[in-house]
Amino acid sequence: MQITSPAFKENARGALANPDLQKALGHVRLGFIDKRQKAVDALPEFDALRDSARAIKDHALAHLDLYLEAYEEKVKAAGGYVHWAPTAADARAVILEICRAAGARTVTKGKSMITEEIGLNAFLEKEGIRPVETDLGEYIIQLRGEHPSHIIAPAVHLTRDQVEADFRRAHDHLPVARDLSEPESLLAEARRVLRSQYFAADVGITGANFLVAETGSSVIVTNEGNGDLTQILPRVHVVVASIEKIVPTMEDMSQILRVLARSATGQDMSVYTTVSTGPRREGDPDGPEEYHVVLLDNGRSAMLGTEFQDMLRCIRCGACMNHCPVYHAVGGHAYGWVYPGPMGAVLTPSLIGVDKAGHLPNASTFCGRCEAVCPMHIPLPRMMRHWREREFSRGLNPAAQRYGLRAWAFFARRPRLYRLAVSLAIPVLSRLGRRRGRFRRLPLAGGWTRHRDLPAPESRTFLQQWRDRDAARQEARP
Amino acid sequence: MNARDAILNRIRTSLGAAPGDAERRSQVERRLAEAPVGVVPARGQRPQKAKVALFCEMAEKVSATVKRVKKADDVPRAVSAYLRARNLPAAVRMGADERLKAMPWAAVRALEVRHGPADPEDAVGVSHALAGIAETGTVALYSGADNPTTVNFLPEHHIVVVNASDIAGDLETVLSRLRQAFGKGKMPRTLNLITGPSRSADIQQTLLLGAHGPRALHLIVVDGA
Repeated sequence: MQITSPAFKENARGALANPDLQKALGHVRLGFIDKRQKAVDALPEFDALRDSARAIKDHALAHLDLYLEAYEEKVKAAGGYVHWAPTAADARAVILEICRAAGARTVTKGKSMITEEIGLNAFLEKEGIRPVETDLGEYIIQLRGEHPSHIIAPAVHLTRDQVEADFRRAHDHLPVARDLSEPESLLAEARRVLRSQYFAADVGITGANFLVAETGSSVIVTNEGNGDLTQILPRVHVVVASIEKIVPTMEDMSQILRVLARSATGQDMSVYTTVSTGPRREGDPDGPEEYHVVLLDNGRSAMLGTEFQDMLRCIRCGACMNHCPVYHAVGGHAYGWVYPGPMGAVLTPSLIGVDKAGHLPNASTFCGRCEAVCPMHIPLPRMMRHWREREFSRGLNPAAQRYGLRAWAFFARRPRLYRLAVSLAIPVLSRLGRRRGRFRRLPLAGGWTRHRDLPAPESRTFLQQWRDRDAARQEARP
Repeated sequence: MNARDAILNRIRTSLGAAPGDAERRSQVERRLAEAPVGVVPARGQRPQKAKVALFCEMAEKVSATVKRVKKADDVPRAVSAYLRARNLPAAVRMGADERLKAMPWAAVRALEVRHGPADPEDAVGVSHALAGIAETGTVALYSGADNPTTVNFLPEHHIVVVNASDIAGDLETVLSRLRQAFGKGKMPRTLNLITGPSRSADIQQTLLLGAHGPRALHLIVVDGA
């Protein structure tokens, strides 16, 4: 997909001025946060499970090569194939080869962020193969030619009215007079339309929430059941997963499952957790005849051993974006690539380069809610700070910002000079802003005052006030 | 160098690990062999009767319906009652599961029982669960010659029979049963953990039942089994 991350500021401005989007984003704020909190409150062991989940992923990542080898051996023993793909292009080529060998003209797809990452749909279309998204949200955005704006709720940026308009446009074989006013009727229509697609498809492609080394299994976690229909009805099932999805054992999967759905949608358990191991077995009346796993690296192995390794613990629950004030304001598309919100602000620079994605780790208030709710204890704000440091040391941010930071650093490292400068500046600003108590406009601070007022400072600096307070306390002592 | 070795070598380089490091290897082998059980919530840890009650309560919380019957022979009548109550045609789809086969289906008048994998015309599928999980109201089913997976997903109504004695407190207990049945490190082709009927909240965050899988999940708990 086309990367628009370098235009984050323009994207964000557009998003803030889009009334449909702002209406739709209201549902994120209201929907996810309370549900998660309720589910977490109902499980006293939640924090212990988070610690356990973190330890499992840390262990798996520290031994990733060995677990991948063990996993591959088990997949083969169950009659499946493992394909290793160092890059997105490698993964696309392997998938195309499998589709060609199967004589595929239509492929159905379960919801998968990895196939977004490798730009699979556009590629298959170019090669004359029709990809059909079956997750309701993914189906809607495919009709619109858009990309997901949220990693678990891909169409969260849309209103019901927009979906109705899309269905009327795309399903023009259905009676014009039909009633689509309720979300129920939209869902029923999507269900009917997609049913025939499952049977028409020659290949079904899904992602994976986990790969289990102990058994060679791939695991998908869904609510709709579309992932299951995608993988049991066509003759060939292709799993596309990145290498960090590995967990050692089924018990380890169980630990992480307990924090996954609660953090994502506030469910104790998603409706369908499906563990798949190899193709149809002798005597099986249904299921795919071929089972392939495409293991994608695409930059992840280079994150190991760096300050960004912890990001590979991410289980894609979406809690960080559900709780992010920046995401609430601008939505997912503004981030300009596959992964939005705080996890995207850390992961995107790793995968497409900080030169293109430098705005994302800067689009944060550092309020820390993302880290507080992350089920895998990923220190997201700290990693955004690492990206800012890298951006600065590589000279990637704009000149004005760099001069500003240098000037600030000059004073910050000379405390006396800093105090002197501040004690001179504060009374001036304070006097200038006395009447209103705030500034509508300030030279050099246009970026701030364009969107909000700057409060006028108190007449004295913090340190001066602190000294006075201390002195007053001393006097008050008997 | 092939793609596999390229990825594995890059991982080892990044981790600073030597390919033949015996200590790392033994740690991995130990974890795979022992499969340590982590934190298991207290919620599901209670006497069997209370486990069954919790299972029913949790399942209903996620919009499944539950019917308890005394013995396996009561199941066909309970299925028939479910169909009638919802004005469904008197036909069900099921695999060749021995436990289901042993039930007196012929005793229920005018109920058509189709065997084999489901097709799009089937309105109701009937399966027998390996186990129930009290902690979350989940049923565990696995595929095999007698248990087609399509029965779990294609029909609009899915009826799952589960023996009360097979209801476990937690998933870990079910995993250890699977290991006993299939052998260490082996799994059935498909293990389905199902918690309530299919749903989606993709349109304006409104939760709706019956997205692509069954609109309704009906659990029949056999107490005397």
